[in-house]
Amino acid sequence: MIRAEGVGLRYGESGAEAEAPEVLQSLSFNVPGGGWRWLLGPSGAGKSSLLRLLHVQARPTRGRLQLMGVDVGEARRKDLPPLRRRIGMVFQDFRLVSHLTVFDNVALPLRLGGRAEGQLRADVTEMLRWVGLSKVAEMRPAMLSGGEQQRVAIARAVIVRPLLLLADEPTGNLDDVQAERLMVLLQEMNRLGTTVIVATHNMQLVDRHPGPALELARGRLVHDG
Amino acid sequence: MARRATRAVAARLATSRLDGLGLRHAPGWRVLPLIVAGMAFLAALALAGAQGAAELGRHWQQGAGATLTVQIPRPAAAPTPPVAQGETRRDRVITLLRGTPGISGVRPLAEAELSDLLRPWLGTNAEQLALPLPAVVAVTVTTDGPDIPALAARLEAAAPGTLTESHGPWVRRLGLLARSLRLCALAALGLVAAVAAGIIMVATRAALASRREVVEILHGLGATDFYVADRFARRASRAAGLGGIVGLALAVPVVAVLAALAAPFVSTLPIEAALPGPAELAASLARLPPTLLWSLPAVPVSAALIGYVAAQLAVRAWLRRLP
Repeated sequence: MIRAEGVGLRYGESGAEAEAPEVLQSLSFNVPGGGWRWLLGPSGAGKSSLLRLLHVQARPTRGRLQLMGVDVGEARRKDLPPLRRRIGMVFQDFRLVSHLTVFDNVALPLRLGGRAEGQLRADVTEMLRWVGLSKVAEMRPAMLSGGEQQRVAIARAVIVRPLLLLADEPTGNLDDVQAERLMVLLQEMNRLGTTVIVATHNMQLVDRHPGPALELARGRLVHDG
Repeated sequence: MARRATRAVAARLATSRLDGLGLRHAPGWRVLPLIVAGMAFLAALALAGAQGAAELGRHWQQGAGATLTVQIPRPAAAPTPPVAQGETRRDRVITLLRGTPGISGVRPLAEAELSDLLRPWLGTNAEQLALPLPAVVAVTVTTDGPDIPALAARLEAAAPGTLTESHGPWVRRLGLLARSLRLCALAALGLVAAVAAGIIMVATRAALASRREVVEILHGLGATDFYVADRFARRASRAAGLGGIVGLALAVPVVAVLAALAAPFVSTLPIEAALPGPAELAASLARLPPTLLWSLPAVPVSAALIGYVAAQLAVRAWLRRLP
C-alpha cells in the first residue's frame, strides 16, 4: 500500500528548494494494505508534512514513495487526481466548503469522480445516516457544531470507500465523547479493509486504542512498529 | 417524457449551482461583462471599418479605376488634320476607341451632362457663356485594358490636342489607402481581442484568489485541472459572451449610421446633404456587405470563446503550482 525508501521533502519554489531545510529526511517504511498506523511526534516533527506526501499534496524531493503501486515522485501530473480520489483525508480544521450544504459537501468527491446525480443520492443519504447527520443534510457547515463538522469531514473522506484514509489530529477539536465516536468510525473503516494513518499528539487516545505507530522527531523516523 | 426532460434540466441546474466553487459570487466576474461590452463595441466598429475599407477599395477599383476620360478640344483650340466627309473629330476618336481591344464601353457625354459637371464652377448659365467646351468621352476598360500611353498617342494623332486622362494612378493610391485602413482596422481588432483576453485573465485570477481555499480542497479531493479550469472558463465565457452581446447591440446603430453615410461612395445612391433618417438607417443595415452581416454576430461568440480559452489558460497556469 505505502512504500517509502529514503524519502526527503523540502518546501519552496523549484530552484529555491535546495536552499530550504529538509522537513522530512530519509524516511523508509512500509504499510501493508488494510494496515493501521498511528503517526506520532511532537509539533514540528513532520507529521503534517508526511501526511501531505501521503495525500499527494506534495512530491518527495528525495527518495522514492509508492502509493498503491504508483511512484508519486515519477508519476505524470494527470495520473495524480485518480490516485487522490482513492485517498480520504480528514483535517483537524475540517476544510469543508462553506457555501455548500452538508449533503453537497459529502457528495462532492462522488461528483468529482463523475458519478451521475441520480446515482449518488442514495449513497450520500446512507453515509449521512451512518455518521448521524441525516437531520442536518441541508444545513451549511457554519451552522453545525465542531463535532458535527468533523463527522461531515469524515463522511466526505470515506464516501468514495478510499483504500487509504489519512487523519490529521482528527480529535483536536472534539470532546472526549465525540473523539471516541470518531475512533470507532475510523476503526470500522480499517476493519472493512481501508488502510488508516492517524496523526496525533494525544497519547491518551493512543493508549486507549493501541496499535502500530510511526514516530517522527525533527523530520526523521525514530520508531516504526 | 416531459418528466424526464424536467429532471435532466434540474440535474443540469443542480450541477451548475453545485460546481463546488461558488463562482457566482466571486468578485472577478462582476465588472467583466461591462468591460467586455466596451471591447466588443470597439471590435464591432473595427470589423465594420475593415469591411468598409475593403468595400470602398473594391468599388473604387471597379469604378473609377476602370475608366478613362478622353477630351477632344474644338477645332479652334487645336489644329485639325483633313477630315473625311461627314466625320467630326469626336467621331474619329470614338471610332478609334471602339476598335481598340480592351475597351468595353465608349460613351460620349451629352451637352447637358457637361453643363452639370461645370455647374459647380461656372454656375447655372454655363451654356450661355459660349465657352469652347471640349467634347468628352467616358471610356470603360476591361481588367486587361489597353496600353494607355500608346492609346493616347493614337488618339492625339487622330485628333490633335486630344487629352486622355486615366484615373488609374490615384485609384491605385486610394486602393493602397483602403488596404492600409483595412490592415489598421484588423490590427485594432487583434489588439482589442488581446486586451480582452488579458482582462479576462486578470478577472479570472481575482476570482481564483477569492476561491483559493476551495480550489485547494477540490484539488485534494481529486479534481482534475480540467474540472477546475472548466468551471472558471464557463463562468468567464458566459460573462464575456453577455458583454459581447451588449457591446454588439450598442455598436449596431453606429455601424448603421456609418453605413448610411458611406453608401453613396460604394453604390449609385445620390449624396444627400441631410443626415440619414431612421428609414435610411434601417435600409443601410440591409445593404451591409454579407461578410459584415455574417461577421458581426461572431463578435459575442468570439468574446465567449476568448473568455473560455483565457480563463482556462489562467487557471491551468495557477494550478501548476499544485502538485
